[in-house]
Parts: sequence; structure tokens; C-alpha cells
Amino acid sequence: MEKVILIKYGELSTKKGNRNFFIKTLCSEVERKLALENCTITHDFSRMCITFDEDQLSDILKKLNTIFGIHAYHIAYKVSSDLETIKEKVLEVMKQESFHTFKIETSRRDKNFPIPSMELSRLLGSIILKAIPNVQVDVHHPDVLCQVEIHEKDTYIYTNAYPGLGGYPVGTQPKALLMLSGGIDSPVAGYLAMKRGIKIEAVYFEAIPHTSLEARNKVIELSRRLAQYTNKINLHIVPFTELQEAIYQHGDPAYCITIMRRMMYRIMERLCQKYHAEAIVNGESIGQVASQTLVSMHVINEVTNYPVIRPLACFDKLEIMDIARKIDTYDISILPYEDCCTIFVPKHPVIHPELAVAKEIEATFDYETMIDTIMKNIQTIVIREEDSQVEKDLL
Amino acid sequence: MIYLDYSATTPVDDQVLDSFVKVNKTYIGNPNSLHQLGVESKHLMEDATKQVADLLHVHPSEVIFTSGASESNNLAILGVLLKYPQRGKHILTTALEHSSIQETLSFCEKLGYIIDIVPLLPTGEIDLDKFAALLTKDTVLVSIASVSSEVGIRQDITRIGAMVKAYPTTIFHVDGTQAVGKIPIDLTNVDLFTFSAHKFYGLKGIGCLIKRRGIELEPLIHGGKSQTIYRSGTPPLALIVSLAKALRIALKNQPERFQKVESLNHLLVKELSKMDSVVLNSNDHSIPHIVNFSVPGIKAETMLHWLEQDAIFVSTKTACSKDNSSSLALLAMEKDDSVARSSIRVSLSHLTTEDEILKFLKSLEKGIQKLHLK
Repeated sequence: MEKVILIKYGELSTKKGNRNFFIKTLCSEVERKLALENCTITHDFSRMCITFDEDQLSDILKKLNTIFGIHAYHIAYKVSSDLETIKEKVLEVMKQESFHTFKIETSRRDKNFPIPSMELSRLLGSIILKAIPNVQVDVHHPDVLCQVEIHEKDTYIYTNAYPGLGGYPVGTQPKALLMLSGGIDSPVAGYLAMKRGIKIEAVYFEAIPHTSLEARNKVIELSRRLAQYTNKINLHIVPFTELQEAIYQHGDPAYCITIMRRMMYRIMERLCQKYHAEAIVNGESIGQVASQTLVSMHVINEVTNYPVIRPLACFDKLEIMDIARKIDTYDISILPYEDCCTIFVPKHPVIHPELAVAKEIEATFDYETMIDTIMKNIQTIVIREEDSQVEKDLL
Repeated sequence: MIYLDYSATTPVDDQVLDSFVKVNKTYIGNPNSLHQLGVESKHLMEDATKQVADLLHVHPSEVIFTSGASESNNLAILGVLLKYPQRGKHILTTALEHSSIQETLSFCEKLGYIIDIVPLLPTGEIDLDKFAALLTKDTVLVSIASVSSEVGIRQDITRIGAMVKAYPTTIFHVDGTQAVGKIPIDLTNVDLFTFSAHKFYGLKGIGCLIKRRGIELEPLIHGGKSQTIYRSGTPPLALIVSLAKALRIALKNQPERFQKVESLNHLLVKELSKMDSVVLNSNDHSIPHIVNFSVPGIKAETMLHWLEQDAIFVSTKTACSKDNSSSLALLAMEKDDSVARSSIRVSLSHLTTEDEILKFLKSLEKGIQKLHLK
């Protein structure tokens, strides 16, 4: 029997007017991801169907598990829509299962099929009851649920359901810019934003020579992990050294972090305008550090009215670490390289900063010109999920 | 030329050599340098390390590159003993080990360690009952080859490992030099694992020690952190990349290569069993890549040179132990001395052809007639 993978659209199919757009985005994502696999993909209004060679299965599943918008998929047997064949094959499929109770669920996508669904379920059930000893029907909590989907030409039979990543396909929401530092939180924030369909570009604030190229490499690696869930990620590298040094030369050390974050938000807003992004995403979690108290957030946020999405705002550190491990960013994040949030950390950063004080300090130096210079010197690298072809050939 | 000594070393794969040359030419930075060139080299090294780790289902931090299997074996044994001097003085091993294990353990004996050789069944497999009896909470290290180099005997590493696991302070080292690229590897119950690239069409001069997290080693080559903290020295990036590539190619093609070798093995063994004066030392527990046999009455080395006249290259015992004495491995498998003195190891590859096997058999037959007469 030929096996196929069936992808159900789930939540996507409730999107009414936008439904086609959502489904089209998902389909092209699946097609792109599986382009190198030798498989055929077809789709209709309620599902995609992937025909594959048995030895490709694990590779294909691995790729499907990096696509947002897939809520569940089934590995189904495809047989021809002919009553005798269906009877025979359902029995064959059920004989491979070990169970005590079962249920058959039939749906006719092709209403010309001569037997109504309920009746066919009963008929198939009776065949199984006769052929397999010691089993009984349980329509509420069956050990095995065998689903039979009848289409005009083909019928799909399956007893399994595997969860996908869920969420919406990346690209169904506009772009947002992610503040990616190299720590544990920001990649997770990026992942969660993408899960809602947001297209992400990453921004890394770099303070060479206070931070090293290895720190940048770490951010590149993190971007590469995030790129698994989309195609590529543009990483914008912001030369932050001069401005950061200026912040530490002017004013109260306790306010350094507050001012630094305000500067970062200012630059983020300029970048959003430049790259047509609708929001800023970062890994802030309420109360985690001094700059992430509600009061700090308020004072820092004051410089922009772009929405700042903080997917981790209410997460515990342990919950964040769990996701980081799941998406393979944890091991990279814990590499011990300084980033610009960890250098020059004052002994006692202010926990309840006052807006007036922050503004007063900022008035003492010309940060606008510095930001203008920074904007001219931003470097962008395109990070793809795969390593460069040169490197791949070497290995 | 008919090369039948693939367990001594293999010819390098062209693609592997190609990567080696390209990396040498294009990645000139020292991976430990902090500048751009160093960072690029380091990045490539990390990718190569990750590839090795993924292929063996371990974590990248568990991969230590060395100069080869002998160094890995030395590092495994001495590194553990130096790190855990308080854990007991007892070590278990077998008579089938490579000289880099045997000699290192002899050295440890001088330092006051007690080495017990686990008895074998006549098949060459470890007698697990006797192994269980020898294993105590004072056993600091168990070192066993998953495939023996001389006779090709496979040991049940997963099961032995599970037995060792019952002793939380005992560390299990496996020498996988003759196994990687030939048979599937299961490192679930293994603490330390040795292998070397040149046994699977990689280059000489690069090997690896897999060290499970949670186990510490005292380095033998001090000098601070390099690729790992366990082995100093500028990482040989091109060799590391070549190992990763050789491993990928070997594991990808392992099933079909195994099949090919198996069918060659059947041919060779079938013909050898027909010869009255030949005693087969390999058996069903040997990997098909290694066929060990003896011609009692004819000194192994004499036979080796006889075959060499026909440009056929085989080994007596292993390449690393070619002095003219009895094979301890065969004696441990309860073979008599005349067998142990006359053993020849033929080792096969997927590159071997049927024709080569037939030519070898012909030359061997002739040699037996000629040399017996003398």
C-alpha cells in the first residue's frame, strides 16, 4: 500500500477571508522546505498530501517539524476509492495495530460514494469485529481510532496523528525586528514571534573591541538556528561602541543601562522605518534584570511608539530555557562571550529610574549625530539555515 | 598489486584528500586566534566537530581530536587514572587489545595498578560470567576493543557496558578503531571511545576520543585550551575536517560496503576451508572484513614474504606487532602454539575484487606446497 503524509490545516482553515493567503503561504513554505526531497506535493482546500519514498520519511518529517502553521499531520495509506478495496485495506491496516477497543470514523469528501459515512463506519467496524478476535468498539475512548477519508479517486486510511509546530506560517504577518543579543532569551523571543507568523530580521548591537568577533559569531549561529524556521534571516550589525562609550562618560553609572536601552530603542525605531518593519521584538522578561522592571520598561519604552513585542514578558527563566533547549539555541547562548549588555554593567543599576533624570543625562551629549553615523555604518549579513556551499563541500 | 591489509590502514578517499588540501590552502588562521581569520577557522572546526558528534549521536563537547588511535587509547587510560587516583587500582581488559592498550597498561602495572585479563570463550568473545566475577567496586577502568584488530572478533559492547554501569565509579573505555565505518556503533553505555580516520579512508595523523560529559580526564599534552581542554596543540584544522568528511562518507555507505565485503568474505572463507593445511581462526563472531587463518608449520612471516613476491600484501598478527612471536590473541582463544605462530590476517574492503581474492588463494595454495616441502 502506498503511504502518504497528510497535513491538515487546522486553525488556518478558520481564517475565512484570509484563508487562501494563509494556506498558500504554508504550501509554498512546505514546497520550499522539501524542494530537495524527491517527493510530490498536492493540495486542496483542506489539506496537503505528500507522496514520498519510504527511506525519505525521517528527513521529510524532520523538515515538516520546522514549519509553523502545521498543527497535525498523519501518515496515511492511500488506496483506491472502491468499496471492496476499502474493506480489505482497512482490515489490513487494523491488523498491524495492537488494541483492545477501536473506532472507525469515515468521512466522504465525495458525496457520490454510494454508502453514507455512518453506515460505512458500521460496516467496516463489523468486518474488524469478525476478523480480529477479542476487540470491541468504543466510540468515546478507543485505543485506536481508524479514520477513513473517501475522495473521488483515492481513499486515505490512517490511525495516527502527529503534532506539528502549530502557530501561523511565517510571512502571514508583516515584518518585525528582533533585538538579538546572544543570551538565552532573545532567540526564544524570536522563535515565539515567528510562531505567530511574523517575519523576523535580527539586530545585533556590537561594541568591538569590548566585544569580540566570537560574540558576533555566536549571534550568527543563533540566527542560523532561527533561520531553520523560515528561509533566511537578515542580521543587521549595529556598530555601538562609540555611543556606548559616550553613555559611560556622561552621567550617573546607575543610569547607564537605562540610557543604553533607550538608545537601542531609538536605533530600533530608525531601523524599523528603514526596513519597513511594524514592531520591535525582544527577550525582555518582567523583573529579570534591573532594566526589565515595569518602571524601567516604561522609562525605556518612552522613546518609541512602535509596538515592542515581548513574547517572554511573563515567562519564568526555566520555561525560557526549556524552549531554548528545544530549539537548539541554549548550548550556543551559554557560550561565555561578552555582549554589549554585559560589558560596563554598573554595580548598582537603577531599578526604578526616573524619566526626568534619564532625559537630563541625555541632554548632556549629542547622541543624535552619533545615531546618524551609526545608521550609515550598519552592516547586514544574510544568514541561511544551511552553511555556505563552500563549507558544506569541505565537510 | 593486491592490497589485503585494509585493517592496517586504508587508502585515502579522493574527496577527503581534496577537502584536506582546500582547507590547508584557504583557512590559514589558527582556530585559537581571536582575529577574523582565526574565527573563520574556528567556525569550520566547530562545524566539523558537530558533524562528527551528530554522526555518532554524541554532543560536540564530547569530541576530542587526537593524533590517532594510539594517542586516544593513551589519553583514555592514563587520563582517567591520573584524574581519579583515589578510585581504586584495578583495571580489566582482554588479550585481544591493540598494543597501544597493552603497552600502556603494562606501564600502569609498573605504577602499581593491578591488571586483570578477562578470560575469553573459545569463540573469542568475552566470558561474561567471568567478567562479572572480576568486576568490583575497585575497578577504575574497563578497556575493551569492540572489534579486535587481529581476529576481528566483535564484542557485545552494549551489554558489557550495561554490566559496567552497575559500578558507578568504573569507567568503560572502548577501542572502536576497527569498528567505525564497518559496523553500527552504539555508544549508549560507553564512557570513552577511540577511533582513527585512516581506518576508514581518511588520513593518517588524526583520530578521536569520544569522552562522555561527566567524566574528566587529565591531559597528557598540557598547554591550555585548544579544540578541547583535554588535548593542547594547534588544532590540525585540515585533518579535523578530513576526518569529519571521511566519517560521513564511511557511515553513509556502510550498509552497502558491508554487504560487498560480506560476499567477498564468503568466497574467501569457503575456499580457505577447503584447504586441509589451513586452520581458520576467524569465526562467525568476526567481522567479515577480517579473515585470520594459520598454516601450522609455516612461519607467518615466511608466508607473508612469499605472498609479497606476487605483490600481495597481508599482515601477520597486526601491523603494529610484527615481531616474530606467537599471537597472544590466538593463545587466549585457546589455539595451540603452532597455530598462534603461523597466523596470517587478510583484511578486506569494498574496494577488494573477487579476482583479487582468487589470485590470493592461488598464490597461497602454491606457497603452502612450496614452503611445506622445505
